[in-house]
Amino acid sequence: MDIALKNTVKKQLLWVALVSISMFFASMLSAFIVEKGDVDNWKNFSLPTYFVLSTGIIILSSLLLFFIKPALKKGKSIFGLVFIVLILGLLFSFFQIKGWEQLTNQGIYLTGIGSNVAGSFLYILTLTHLLHLVGGLVGLCISTIKSKQNLYSINNYLGLELTSIYWHFLTILWIILFTFLKFY
Amino acid sequence: MSEHHKESFITKYVFTMDHKMIAKQFLITGMFMGVVGMLMSAIFRVQLANPGESSILYSLLPGAWLNDAGGLNPDKYLALVTMHGTILVFWVLTAGLSGTFANFLIPLQIGARDMASGFLNMLSYWFFFIATVVLLSSLFVETGPASGGWTIYPPLSALPQAIPGSGTGMTLWLISITLFVVGSLLGGLNYIVTILNLRTIGMTMQRLPLTIWALLITAILGVLSFPVLLSCGLLLIFDRSFGTSFYLSDIIINGEALHNEGGSPILFEHLFWFLGHPEVYIILLPALGIVSEVIAVNSRKPIFGYKAMVGALLLIAFLSFIVWGHHMFMTGMNPFLGSVFTFTTLLIAIPSAVKVFNYLATLWRGNIRFTPAMLFAIGTVSAFITGGLTGIILGDSALDINVHDTYFVVGHFHIVMGLSAIYGMFAGVYHWFPKMYGRMMNKNLGYIHFWGTFICAYGVFFPMHFLGLAGLPRRYYSNSAFPMFDGLSDINELITFFALAGAIVQVFFLFNFFYSIFKGTKSSQNPWKSNTLEWTTPVERIHGNWPGELPVVTRWAYDYSKPGAEEDFILQTEPLKEGEIEH
Ligand code: HEM
Ligand SMILES: [Cu+2]
Repeated sequence: MDIALKNTVKKQLLWVALVSISMFFASMLSAFIVEKGDVDNWKNFSLPTYFVLSTGIIILSSLLLFFIKPALKKGKSIFGLVFIVLILGLLFSFFQIKGWEQLTNQGIYLTGIGSNVAGSFLYILTLTHLLHLVGGLVGLCISTIKSKQNLYSINNYLGLELTSIYWHFLTILWIILFTFLKFY
Repeated sequence: MSEHHKESFITKYVFTMDHKMIAKQFLITGMFMGVVGMLMSAIFRVQLANPGESSILYSLLPGAWLNDAGGLNPDKYLALVTMHGTILVFWVLTAGLSGTFANFLIPLQIGARDMASGFLNMLSYWFFFIATVVLLSSLFVETGPASGGWTIYPPLSALPQAIPGSGTGMTLWLISITLFVVGSLLGGLNYIVTILNLRTIGMTMQRLPLTIWALLITAILGVLSFPVLLSCGLLLIFDRSFGTSFYLSDIIINGEALHNEGGSPILFEHLFWFLGHPEVYIILLPALGIVSEVIAVNSRKPIFGYKAMVGALLLIAFLSFIVWGHHMFMTGMNPFLGSVFTFTTLLIAIPSAVKVFNYLATLWRGNIRFTPAMLFAIGTVSAFITGGLTGIILGDSALDINVHDTYFVVGHFHIVMGLSAIYGMFAGVYHWFPKMYGRMMNKNLGYIHFWGTFICAYGVFFPMHFLGLAGLPRRYYSNSAFPMFDGLSDINELITFFALAGAIVQVFFLFNFFYSIFKGTKSSQNPWKSNTLEWTTPVERIHGNWPGELPVVTRWAYDYSKPGAEEDFILQTEPLKEGEIEH
């Protein structure tokens, strides 16, 4: 296989995988929606303020990724950029965990005697999102190291591109989850 | 430029990235599991024929599987049925069928050196392998394997204290299925991307053999529906192990009220069947793809209505996502919603009928060669019709509520899904065996295998419809507690007779298969005089498929008995003659 084809193939593998992951979340989200309409003792919750913060952060991180290509075109180092995105990603994860803390303080639990399906769904949706994000963080770590070593160029940054696509996906996914959890 | 390199035993046979070897790994694992699943059915069939009595077959079982009288332990009956269903649906007819033929045929029939990612392909098999080990290990835990049926409905499956099989066995089942799904997804990604990108020059989508179309659509179904099984299973794991209540509400067990509130077991059914119905097409479509190829080759005629065949596959795939409710007519669903699901379900009859019609039209006035592969291919069409007819009954909510959860259902799905797909798989094995191993399987053993299987299978599953109409429920280890069913015990004995005979007939296949690998007569380059690309590769296996350049395709796969041609087949690589119209 020549390089161009190899790159297309890898990108497409990722895209199909994203479709698959979307189905995972779509099913869970629709379960949430259906149950909410169905269950009598649904305990409503208000989303933790930390989640609002983390929403801002992940959007920012995604926006920053758009500067990579121009930077590579100009031949500039992208280490700083990727590193900041990584930090933002870690910050996002931290705020998610803080958000859960806020929830437990409100008396909303994942499991156990005091728990309610509503809260369980909230936890499980955010938890599985975060688990997928860990994959993105691993990608960003590798990209950070590689960009530190100046291994990327405009003709050769597939790994970084794949990581970016995945990261944008996680951002969009989070926005969708957030919107539903907050307003539905 | 062929991608040749030195191979050690490990890289050639174990951690191989060669799609042909991975296909064989799937096939052998699938066959092994097929034997295990079939033996399980033999054991519980003996139980059904003489409930509560001991039998020589039982002496093969470990003591814990027996009750005091030496008969089968009721708990273990359920465990066997559950394992049997799980193994045949997922291990044999999903991984064993798709895994084998997608891996084997996709690169060979589209003219590619290998899959898009050999590495993912290898991972796909090894996830499947570990899943197999985990599933089988659950047979050896003290409380037995999962016993809630292959559909693992909660609350039974969600409460470890409910029955023995809901304990460790259920946990292992869930772990195993999770690994299985991951493996299937990796495979599916690869199949799709390979078909879309690695077709050789001239192999347009309109020239793809129907096998490849079927495998492509199957992979798309898998990629869309298996993740739903994962989320369904994840919520169940949380309910089981971490005390959430997604599927649980108001449960009192052993006199103790559980804290779980607010969940709904019906939610599980929705999620499960959203996978579950597409899953039956994941099983069936590859078989139909194989059958299209085998029937065209052995009728020496172009497949009738190529475009309609592709269209029907697409329509079946689409519809399969909006019919899941037909498994849930008894859940107290709104009757209007029930009629919607009835409507969508019955719609599937249209593309199905198109396919059957086209198969028959292909056979019509063909120059038919009844090879064992051809017999099994026709068997698939036959079983698809028989089983499809009872599907119309079950798809109708007003009729289904009468026979839901009876042997009518068991009869239906075994014929339409079990037999159709198994026959398709056999057809594929007989047909492509020469390509896989460079040798031929014995024809006469093949005939014995086909007719034996065909007769016994109908002997097993046809009478089940009558049992079901008489009201006999499925998943009961014995019906002797109900005098109203006493009259049916003869039928049960007859079914068991055929089940055991059918199992014995499979020995002919197994012998033929393994014997022919080593001792079969050597295959010629193109033993079935077929058009497709796989028959242009050397008989001896090489990694990279074609030595030298990849073939260039100039025509579709079905130029059989073309007027004006010298032979009754024309390879896809044969350039069009001057003035020849493509088709
Ligand atoms: C080898 C010949 C086979 C025999 C004799 C056989 C027999 C049976 C019987 C009698 C049952 C119902 C048991 C009960 O409800 O108490 C059953 C269940 C089942 N079988 Fe088979 N079967 C065979 C092959 C297959 C095949 C090829 C498939 C593939 C689709 C299959 C899939 C299933 C499934 C999914 C169930 C339901 C399990 C459950 O209730 O959870 N079987 N089988
Ligand atoms: Cu269905």
